[in-house]
Amino acid sequence: MVRFFLRRLFQATLVMLAATLLAFVLFNYVGDPVNNMVGQEVSAEERVAMRDRLGLNDPFILQFGRFIVSAVQGDFGISYRTQRPVSELIAERLPATLELVLIAALISVAAGVGLGIYTAIRRESWISRAILTLSLLGSSLPTFVIGIGLIYLFSVTLGWLPSFGRGDVTDLGGWSTGLLTLAGWKSLILPALTLSFFQLAYFLRLARAEMLEVLHSDYIRTARAMGLRDGTIHYKYALRNAALPVITIIGLKLGDLIAFAIITETVFQWPGMGLLFVQAVAFADVPVMAAYLCMVAFIFVAINLVVDALYLVLDPRLRVAAKS
Amino acid sequence: MRTFISVAAAVMMLAGPVQAQNTLRWASQGDGFTLDPHAQNEGQTHAINRQMMEPLIERRPDLTKIPALALSWTLINPTTWEFKLRPKVKFHDGRAFSADDVVFSYKRAMMPTSDMKDIISTLKDVTKVDDLTVHFITTGPDPVFPDVATNIFIMSKSWAEEHKVTAPQDIVAKQETYAVRNAIGTGPFKLQLREPDVRTVMVKNTEWWGYADPAYKDHNVDRVVFTPVANAATRVAALLSGELDFLLDPPVQDVARIESSGQFTLQRVPEVRSIFLGMKTNTKELASSSVKGKNPFSDIRVRRAMNMAVDVNAITKRTMRGQAQPAGYVLPPGVHGYHADLDQHLPFDVEGAKKLLTEAGYPNGFDVRLDCPNDRYLNDEEICQAVTGMLARVGVKVTLDLKPRTLHFPKIQNDTSDFYMLGWGTLTTDAYYHLSFMVLTSSTWNRTGYLDQKMEDLVNALGVETDIAKRDAMIREASVRSRDGYATIPLHTQFLTWATRKNVTVPITADNLPAFRYARFAK
Repeated sequence: MVRFFLRRLFQATLVMLAATLLAFVLFNYVGDPVNNMVGQEVSAEERVAMRDRLGLNDPFILQFGRFIVSAVQGDFGISYRTQRPVSELIAERLPATLELVLIAALISVAAGVGLGIYTAIRRESWISRAILTLSLLGSSLPTFVIGIGLIYLFSVTLGWLPSFGRGDVTDLGGWSTGLLTLAGWKSLILPALTLSFFQLAYFLRLARAEMLEVLHSDYIRTARAMGLRDGTIHYKYALRNAALPVITIIGLKLGDLIAFAIITETVFQWPGMGLLFVQAVAFADVPVMAAYLCMVAFIFVAINLVVDALYLVLDPRLRVAAKS
Repeated sequence: MRTFISVAAAVMMLAGPVQAQNTLRWASQGDGFTLDPHAQNEGQTHAINRQMMEPLIERRPDLTKIPALALSWTLINPTTWEFKLRPKVKFHDGRAFSADDVVFSYKRAMMPTSDMKDIISTLKDVTKVDDLTVHFITTGPDPVFPDVATNIFIMSKSWAEEHKVTAPQDIVAKQETYAVRNAIGTGPFKLQLREPDVRTVMVKNTEWWGYADPAYKDHNVDRVVFTPVANAATRVAALLSGELDFLLDPPVQDVARIESSGQFTLQRVPEVRSIFLGMKTNTKELASSSVKGKNPFSDIRVRRAMNMAVDVNAITKRTMRGQAQPAGYVLPPGVHGYHADLDQHLPFDVEGAKKLLTEAGYPNGFDVRLDCPNDRYLNDEEICQAVTGMLARVGVKVTLDLKPRTLHFPKIQNDTSDFYMLGWGTLTTDAYYHLSFMVLTSSTWNRTGYLDQKMEDLVNALGVETDIAKRDAMIREASVRSRDGYATIPLHTQFLTWATRKNVTVPITADNLPAFRYARFAK
């Protein structure tokens, strides 16, 4: 079992290395950061000197090696754009993204699974049909269209909610939270809804499909034949079996929310890591881009590792396989 | 749980914003990079800093120069400018301002890590004569030094020493310096809160020397809140929903909509920037063309034909939706030395262009790649698409290469483009700055390679000519020579558009740097 876990850990390290390498290769195509960093009057020699000082003229392998060595120590260098340490920038932006993702995840899981079960049980009702049509919209409309649509409805037309930013935040020992103020919550509603929409539709369809499958199985039919109450059948027997695969997928999909947050954060000027990344791309701010990509890769790898470990605990077959 | 709720309630009360009487909330696409006034030569960075810090000479909204921290400036010999400083000025934390701060700030701006050093490249030394007199010694006669001086903000020497920021931020350093997020100046607003990329709050500096001036007696902006909003649609929505009072950069396609709502004033001014296309004339052949053995752009008839084939009026009217004015040469209105009578594009003439191309030996045209940015100028991508279509009508088959600015500008810098779009603005509002970068063949921003020795000599002489009348005549001659070489296709001068809520006025400036000491709320 320990060997199985160690092997996974080793694989995870390889994945991280590959992700970092890929990110680094991509940076060769985002352009020259020096042009953005200096004024237009600066001479060609100065630009070359600047590139030298930044180490941009060094061979690729040397740049990459230098990056890995510092990154392992948590040092991602200093942002070309804001001239502040990247690790500090990320630490500052992380709470905003995590709070947004957390609330969006809660919305998408609660509403998605709830509505999925409802539409599976009341298959024929017109409400179910309406919900399904809407969910189709949710999974096909691009996030920025949903975001802009919500802004125009709730901010411009109705004037109920702010269109950008985080409202008032409170600093709790380095963690800036918007969850303690009314303005913070008001600012959170639209971006969280926008971010949750796609996942909500996805979870809804998944929960519905699983539930329908279970409802058609023999033991449910037996339960019905025994004359058990609908409520007992649905929630006590059917839901338990339908929930297992749904929970697994939800766990895996939560990492996606962090990745999807890039677009939502840009539309709502939400000061999280995604927005930081987009601003970094426009500026060819390589240290920030590198740190962000490593961070996201790390989150994905970590989630997968945890899921693997959980499988090991939950599924006896894997334990046997690991032993042999 | 109960403690949590009471803490939350207390926090909520504390966090409730204390509203000042008149808060001006404004936004633009990006934030300033740093509060260090010499570390970045970038528009929005200056736009933030200029509210708090002051140069020796200030520009009014119409860009004319007025005394700020200097009261007067005179040329006492061909290479020495004497500046008399304003007495009894204080920095935001009460420190007194004196000649030491001026000498310190200029020396700081001349340092290798400073991004302002190339603007003051003619400056050799700066010395203190007495507490209120400073001498600027230039390497040669520099008639436009006062124009340059409008760009250098003055820091407090003792403050910089206290916080170890006597040099601008070094980009390869590991740590951020104190000056990146902290600042004091002598200006009309002082910093209250700086959260980079999130918000910057400034409050009125009631001690500012300017408030004694009758011109500012009715100044009533107590607080300024800046929020960068990257997404254009969100920016417009925030303005329309009443969350902003002033938008620096409403997107071209939304200007009509904002105007039609009736709640906003839209001001327009031609930006001091020329948008044009440059053609490489001095290589044997064009790398991106299938024409071998000769370079079509070496032939002035071809360059004339290219100019005639581009309908600049149609571009300003349709592509720019009227938010630009056509240009006839690469010098924008607002620059000293600009002449409206020279600003005439060759008339749009498809048949004439075809005839010229046939004469030059290209009856069926030729092919070439046009390099364009897609995130730098107003509608840059659309403009290049329009030009591509227009040139196709005379047989010139253009392959368009659209790239973000981080990939586009290196092509010009590294001289790997045959045909490129560029927009050139100016900090000094003097033609010399423009001509030296756009006309001299030694400039890394001029890749036309078009050489006219007389024109080169004129431009080089401009830099040291102190006789204004003579100098003006030289600017004119160099401009005409440059224009009539047709190495560029001048397109237009884009308009800056500022949108303000009806209850507040912010006078527009052609350098796109708002100054809130001129802003007023309606009574």
